Amino acid sequence: MLPEIEQYFRLEKLPHMWCPGCGNGIVLHCLVKAIDKLCLDQDRTVMVSGIGCAARASGYLDFDTLHTTHGRALAFATGVKFAKPELNVFVLTGDGDCTAIGGNHFIHAARRNINLTTIVFNNNIYGMTGGQYSPMTPNACRATTSPYGNLERPFNLAELAIAAGATFVGRATTYHTKQLTDLIIEGYKNNGFSLIEVVTHCPTSFGRHNKMGSPADMLKWQRDHGVTAMRYENLSPEERSDKFIVGVLHRCEAPEYTAEYQKLQEKFRGR
Amino acid sequence: MSSEPRLVQGNEACAEGAIYAGMRFYAGYPITPSTEIAEILAKRLPQVGGKFIQMEDEIASMAAVVGASLTGVKSMTATSGPGFSLKQENIGYACMAEIPCVVVNVQRLGPSTGVATAPAQGDVMQARWGTHGDHPIIVLTPSSVKETFELTVRAFNLAEKFRVPVILLMDEVVGHMREKVILPEPGELPVYDRLKPNCSREDYYPYRADWDKAPPMAFFGEGYRYHVTGLFHDESGFATEKPEVIDLQLRRLHNKIYRHLDEIITYHSEQTEDAELVVISYGGTARAVSRAVKLARQEGRKVGIFRPQTLWPFPEEAVAELAGAGKKLLVAEMNYGQLLLEVQRVAAGRCAVTGCLQTNGELTQPETILNKIREVYEHAPGN
Ligand SMILES: Cc1ncc(C[n+]2csc(CCOP(=O)(O)OP(=O)(O)O)c2C)c(N)n1
Ligand code: SF4
Ligand SMILES: [Mg+2]
Repeated sequence: MLPEIEQYFRLEKLPHMWCPGCGNGIVLHCLVKAIDKLCLDQDRTVMVSGIGCAARASGYLDFDTLHTTHGRALAFATGVKFAKPELNVFVLTGDGDCTAIGGNHFIHAARRNINLTTIVFNNNIYGMTGGQYSPMTPNACRATTSPYGNLERPFNLAELAIAAGATFVGRATTYHTKQLTDLIIEGYKNNGFSLIEVVTHCPTSFGRHNKMGSPADMLKWQRDHGVTAMRYENLSPEERSDKFIVGVLHRCEAPEYTAEYQKLQEKFRGR
Repeated sequence: MSSEPRLVQGNEACAEGAIYAGMRFYAGYPITPSTEIAEILAKRLPQVGGKFIQMEDEIASMAAVVGASLTGVKSMTATSGPGFSLKQENIGYACMAEIPCVVVNVQRLGPSTGVATAPAQGDVMQARWGTHGDHPIIVLTPSSVKETFELTVRAFNLAEKFRVPVILLMDEVVGHMREKVILPEPGELPVYDRLKPNCSREDYYPYRADWDKAPPMAFFGEGYRYHVTGLFHDESGFATEKPEVIDLQLRRLHNKIYRHLDEIITYHSEQTEDAELVVISYGGTARAVSRAVKLARQEGRKVGIFRPQTLWPFPEEAVAELAGAGKKLLVAEMNYGQLLLEVQRVAAGRCAVTGCLQTNGELTQPETILNKIREVYEHAPGN
């Protein structure tokens, strides 16, 4: 581990519990690099996570860390951030955690535009429970609960976030690490709700069922299928069908919830 | 507060009691008959430097309350039956992670949506066992507007002291009733704040405590950089599956409540010494019982009333004493006999235990209780 990022880990909690070749470690690495570049005060930064393989990330990080209940990380984080807006609050959540059981909290956190930097580890599957399909599992993919192929359609999470009111939305993969770090930095700097969707690989519970090959093959798949917006523009509809855009997908200005409330407090204090 | 008496609603007394206790964070979702608490706090909290947020549902409300409490702010939520069910998973989280907070349930008639505006006391067992797994819980229940204020303050004090979620179990009668009261002046009621660690970060073990105590609680953002989880954890706060550590943790969670019952349990008893029959009742029903007992006394029957303000842990010793003295016990409540079961368990056959139970959405009338008193007084076997 690079010495400059070592300080952000609880080294005594390593090695981590993730499978060999799991993408989660790469996401963590990019996260702490972003935090290091942002020079955030480690004592005033909070990591909130839900339940799942991805959500175990909080335990390895040396901050105030809150490992909550399945799907509810954003709601707990809303409490932390609203009660103490001066804290930097990151939310670490899996695709199932965030979009299935936590889907309601997700759209409402985005709608409020509360200043939370949310990183969704999208491995397209419920990893921790052994590979059941999630709302992010592509159609026709196999999971233990879709043994004949998934009949459902996945969310386009980025568009969902934009429609719900998020003011920063970006997507990267665990192959595009430099981009991922930059997106986390940009997301943090946005004064409002930021979503960074990370397409990551779960060789154990997703790759295996879908003949994706080794973890390295899954990374190569990310490299070949995650394309910039510009490249995407120039693709034929057929070529687009299995591609997705990486990079900044959306950015806009809107009042941030805790700041608005603070104004309200100032106006009505002592009345 | 002014020392002039004024007309106050039960739900308003709860909201004002919470502010008095130092509550500065409320997250909730509207539901009859608790909604006034949210409405009043939406107005009042920004005035006193507090925060109010209407969350997307009760699950989120309970989660936000826990998150806020971790930053050191006294936090609460209020709801009724359907919402109380939704809060249960995160109430369990608060038990496990030892997060002080207050959950108000202004009960209405259930199950399900039931009758939104009808009084009932059907959540006594849900308050006790609503969340999964073995856990102790403190549940307080007021009978009047003034007592609602006082017990709300007490609920926060107990939550802070023992680092637990405390349930304030109100009912529609008490929540919506208006009474002329003088609310306490600042300083009149004790207000307790949670203990913070006074050691360095290196020496801080967030879950290290005596076998029957709650540990001091660091606030997020103050440099302790610790981990909080709903998984079983050791004193460092990190997950463990070691049976001996799990056993210790669960025992301590229970001991910190059950070894301090004197501080937690309060009740009100009247005319029980010479009584041959004691009516056990609480909340809105106890008001009708008071009247019925008065009428029974006028008829020359030796009847008393025992009214627990703490429902859980159940005031076992006091009830056992009544049973041991051979008094007939009549439990009046607006459900199918939830506390009745507990009284029967404690009486253990030492005296006659009968229920005066009503669950049709109407408040039990004093005459109904009086008739039952007469019946039990004359016919139930003595000891
Ligand atoms: C209320 C509740 N329901 C179900 C579970 C079981 N469960 C634990 S993790 C998980 C899925 C996690 O999937 P995801 O969020 O995608 O995270 P991953 O493991 O893939 O990183 C489920 C269903 C639970 N812990 N709590
Ligand atoms: S199951 Fe998948 S997501 Fe979970 S640790 Fe293993 S590879 Fe990673
Ligand atoms: Mg997943």
